[in-house]
Amino acid sequence: MSSRTSRRSLLTALGAAAVGISFGAAGCSKPAGDGVSASGEEPKLNFYNWDTYIGDTTLSDFKAASGIDVNMSLFASNDELFAKLKAGNPGFDVIVPSNDYVPRMSEAGLLMPLDHAKIPNFKNVNAEFLDPPYDPGRKFSMPYTWLALGLGYRKSKMKGIVPDSWKYVFESDMFRKRITILGDSADLIRLAGKYLGYSINNIPDEGLVKIEAMLMKLVRSGNLLKFTGDEGDTLLANGDADLVIEYNGDVAQKATEDPDLDFLIPKEGSELTSDTLCIPTGAPRPDNAHKFINYILDGKAGAEISKTILFPTPNDAAKALMPDDYRNNHIIFPPADLLAKSEYAQFPGADRLQKYEEMATRIKAAGVGG
Amino acid sequence: MEQSWRQAKSIFMTLISAPLFWLVAFFIIPMGIVWLYSFGENSGLIDIAFTGTWSNYAHAFDPLYLGIFAKSIGVAVVTTFFCLVLGFPVAMAITFAPDKAKSWLLLLIMLPFWTNLLVRTYALIAVLRTNGYVNMTYQFLWERTSGLMTLLGMQPLGDFHPAILLYNNFAVVFGLVFVNLPFMVLPLYSTLDRMDRSLLEASLDLGAGHIRTVWNVMVPLAGPGIVSGILITFIPSLGAYLTPDLLGGPDSQMIANVIESQFKRANNWPFGAALSFILVYMTFIGVALQGVIESRNKRRQA
Repeated sequence: MSSRTSRRSLLTALGAAAVGISFGAAGCSKPAGDGVSASGEEPKLNFYNWDTYIGDTTLSDFKAASGIDVNMSLFASNDELFAKLKAGNPGFDVIVPSNDYVPRMSEAGLLMPLDHAKIPNFKNVNAEFLDPPYDPGRKFSMPYTWLALGLGYRKSKMKGIVPDSWKYVFESDMFRKRITILGDSADLIRLAGKYLGYSINNIPDEGLVKIEAMLMKLVRSGNLLKFTGDEGDTLLANGDADLVIEYNGDVAQKATEDPDLDFLIPKEGSELTSDTLCIPTGAPRPDNAHKFINYILDGKAGAEISKTILFPTPNDAAKALMPDDYRNNHIIFPPADLLAKSEYAQFPGADRLQKYEEMATRIKAAGVGG
Repeated sequence: MEQSWRQAKSIFMTLISAPLFWLVAFFIIPMGIVWLYSFGENSGLIDIAFTGTWSNYAHAFDPLYLGIFAKSIGVAVVTTFFCLVLGFPVAMAITFAPDKAKSWLLLLIMLPFWTNLLVRTYALIAVLRTNGYVNMTYQFLWERTSGLMTLLGMQPLGDFHPAILLYNNFAVVFGLVFVNLPFMVLPLYSTLDRMDRSLLEASLDLGAGHIRTVWNVMVPLAGPGIVSGILITFIPSLGAYLTPDLLGGPDSQMIANVIESQFKRANNWPFGAALSFILVYMTFIGVALQGVIESRNKRRQA
């Protein structure tokens, strides 16, 4: 009898201890910062960024230059970023949304206006990015990279042709079960619309009907291997897929290790994006945030970043410092005529996004026929 | 020595106050908020207004989403069936193992719990993909057999085509069974362990063969264990998100993937909340059914 009482009391004590520890851990979440910078902010920064999207030494270089310790967390999609911030800023100082999310987030009051006086390196930015339609006067964002969607492919498996059109992913039987396309509803529908000849921000309703029919037929045909998020380049590199829809920088990174890989923008044109640096509302250290953004826009720091991530840079000073094999790389800087046919995406409005999402759910529920 | 809680209410209250507070503050209140979202609507870009509307549930009964629910239930049923068929012999083997081996075998079953689900799923990708371990072994055997056949003077086998084991529904079911098997084995083992062995001996003495003994005596006795095992396997499989996302093909989306996209891309939290709570209601029904079956069993035994 005594052993049962003692075991029960031991379990009770353990249970009480567990609850107590978790309360205690919840209580002391932020230790006091050591030292305070001239502006009164502690020398720390919470940076919320995409994966593999910063230079190898950028954060340590910034710490050496300014004494600010950068803590980088990762997110995988703009929706994840938006969902996290929608419920209130959990303490991020600098975030990296894409261009179509900047107006959406600024309208929702989630972004803090930038003080250009604190960002003198703004002069390094390429003229095309100084006053874009999604952020007139660069009130809320600074350009970090620009990207192009297109087709990544393995040259040796292309059966002698160059896949220069979207039809090879959307409507062809040539590469059975070796194709992946984007799973993101808005991007997928916009690219399918580009293939059918529409402007990505203005697809009429009968265009949506045609797109849905074409994509349902694609899913039913069994030619598609998978809907990918950002793992298309991994599947291409490890031989599971031969033709993928991916961003140019992701394929450029894989192509440095595997020269059999290549990338192109199809002849119908494609979708362009620009990832930007913003400061969310409620950032605890806006002064440090401005310093960080200014540092990234510096030519040398920008060159260091571009050397690692191999995405095209909107920063002229950084581009000038890059080696020739970066500037002349046709994956990183696609030919101007195809870029001219490509467009930046706009935020289509909440209702249209939900309509796109329901279309994508129907397409993915179509079922494989053969 | 066990006291009913009614006899020592003050001790009971102090002990339970901290876990109860935890449960209420971090589970019941947030779930309640999400439940209220399911009756709400989006107002503006980020706010949700509680309007008491049933439109989200009405939207959830659209044939598109009912079809996805049906498919998820189908996948969960198949997964539970395979877990049961594979798990019952394993539970039997552990029950009848010598005592020293029993604890090691139980440890082997529980070891995967200690590995993160994501890591286990990526490990399956490495095993099942076109250049993965299964196909590498298959190719090795294929080529050796082909060589052997040439040696024996027969026609060699044709070109090697790797088996497509990944990015389809087979991979999703395989992954779900792989993840949920320990959940089935443990309740089965605990019921079988408490079973009266003399009943099995009696059945064998009276002339029943081994198979008949297992089927007619052991399985009914393990009834409650089977029911809880089914419940513990079916409900997580129904709401599986990671496995269909990572291992599935273009047509493998399940209800949890749709819920995720409502909370993220579509920014339609009320609708996502409605879909989630339909799963919760189904869970409640399942648990209630299990309670009914168990009380009926108890009445039968008494």
